[in-house]
Amino acid sequence: MSIDTETARRVAKLARIQVEDDALPALAQEFNTILGFIEQLNEVDVEGVEPMTSVTPMRLKRREDVVTDGDQPDKVLANAPDAREGFFAVPKVVE
Amino acid sequence: MSELSKLTIAEARDKLRTGDVTAVELTEACLSEIEGAKALNAFVHNTPEIALDQAKAADERIKGGDAPDMCGIPLGIKDLFCTKGVPSQAASAILGGFKPEYESTVTQNLFDAGAVMLGKLNMDEFAMGSSNETSTYGDVVNPWRRGNEDTALTPGGSSGGSAAAVAADLCLAATGTDTGGSIRQPAAFVGITGVKPTYGRCSRWGIVAFASSLDQAGPMTKTVRDAAIMLQTMCGHDPKDSTSADLAVPDFEAALTGDIRGKKIGIPKEYRMDGMPDEIEKLWEQGREMMRDAGAEIVDISLPHTKYALPAYYVIAPAEASSNLARYDGVRFGHRAKLAQGDGITEMYEKTRAEGFGDEVKRRVMVGTYVLSAGFYDAYYNRARKVRALIKRDFEQVFDQGIDAILTPATPSAAFGLGEMSDADPVQMYLNDVFTVTVNLAGLPGVAVPAGLDKQGLPLGLQLIGKPWAEDEMLNFAYCLEQSTGFVEKPSKWW
Repeated sequence: MSIDTETARRVAKLARIQVEDDALPALAQEFNTILGFIEQLNEVDVEGVEPMTSVTPMRLKRREDVVTDGDQPDKVLANAPDAREGFFAVPKVVE
Repeated sequence: MSELSKLTIAEARDKLRTGDVTAVELTEACLSEIEGAKALNAFVHNTPEIALDQAKAADERIKGGDAPDMCGIPLGIKDLFCTKGVPSQAASAILGGFKPEYESTVTQNLFDAGAVMLGKLNMDEFAMGSSNETSTYGDVVNPWRRGNEDTALTPGGSSGGSAAAVAADLCLAATGTDTGGSIRQPAAFVGITGVKPTYGRCSRWGIVAFASSLDQAGPMTKTVRDAAIMLQTMCGHDPKDSTSADLAVPDFEAALTGDIRGKKIGIPKEYRMDGMPDEIEKLWEQGREMMRDAGAEIVDISLPHTKYALPAYYVIAPAEASSNLARYDGVRFGHRAKLAQGDGITEMYEKTRAEGFGDEVKRRVMVGTYVLSAGFYDAYYNRARKVRALIKRDFEQVFDQGIDAILTPATPSAAFGLGEMSDADPVQMYLNDVFTVTVNLAGLPGVAVPAGLDKQGLPLGLQLIGKPWAEDEMLNFAYCLEQSTGFVEKPSKWW
């Protein structure tokens, strides 16, 4: 499977990372090197093997569905690049 | 004064208890070493005020007579750990200015036991790298040099700052994290001990996530005994991490008897790599001899899917990273790009992430996005998870045969020069983790122990892989190896 410039552009878009047009061919080349390495996995017979979901056999813990934390908006917003009136502020989303 | 920073945790613990030294003296000695070691670029955020406050409190507690083992021990903390009110950037520009409002469980456990934080340590950005060359803070320099050359060498990565700081005696020990070898490879490159515990032994809460199913924190120390002492304090069940194991923690230090008679050590034939330097092959042979002399039985074993571990890792780790790193969007913390007139929220995300992430992080996030995208999910991601299941089964089968631990080289080479790999394709760099990555995929504990010097005078390490939750036994094997090799070499100070 070979990745072309258009695919590289689409992946960058999906990942929400801006990549300039002139950087796309080199990026596609890097993807091809890495994916070429990954292709080795096709040699493995995985017939009847379940994909691993948990590396150690464990059942995730359950707890009561109750509020355990909260009521600290100042701390939540303390690291925001732009916070106003108790909210995270972002560019206008809805016209 | 500077001799104090050379102490091991065990030595310092004893001297603190007898009153031969105070935690403040130890801390001041380390702070002065850090001040003089800027050329190594290991410490990137120094916290001398916090350190001295913690040291004073530790001295009070020690006077009280019932201080825990880690009380008053000055440590470096990898930048990946969130530390309350102290910059915690994962060595990324995208987390510039981020000061967590909370403390990671591992660092909280250490501080509750009275440990002292000297500052935050450099690393590869988001722990993605094997040479500490992807950091926004710049490269870390290995305190070791080849013979009389002054070529700057890598300390390995991603926990390169931790490795350099411990090897150069800037601190008594440091925390690291290991997703594919990020504790064990740098430990081997600088001649110290590094432990990756069983997945779930240490809480991941408050550690910046790279690949959640692989990440584990662990100690990087001057001796195996120190690793046992420090790991004891770092680990334990934490309700805040749902994958943290609710299991009793054995007494790791008490397990260091040095008696390994009758135990079976497996030697996997698949770890004999083409092009592996003779010196590493020889070192591995010496390790086998030492374990045999100590009374263990050496058994040839096979782990047939070893070859597929790195390719599986380079699907699974980027896939998880692309999901974990989606949170860096310029909204809640860290960097936000300056926007042009008319830019909307999508431009804000795209510009912020383009500016904030380095090249290796971008590459892995995009590879992860690709392998998870519609149409490729089964071919790449599901196939890699199936291969991962087979890799884990390989280990289960040899442990079922009665093997107690597995001995391998830690790395395929000694430390290389900074910049030496810059023209290589990314896959060449990934090969650094060829002996360590299987352990993360199988969730097992592993330890790198320094075992000798190569002909250029650089340290080389061996790795022991233990059974799940058998860090105690694994550390005893490592202790035995440490006693046999008698490795005490230190880098000569040039910085």
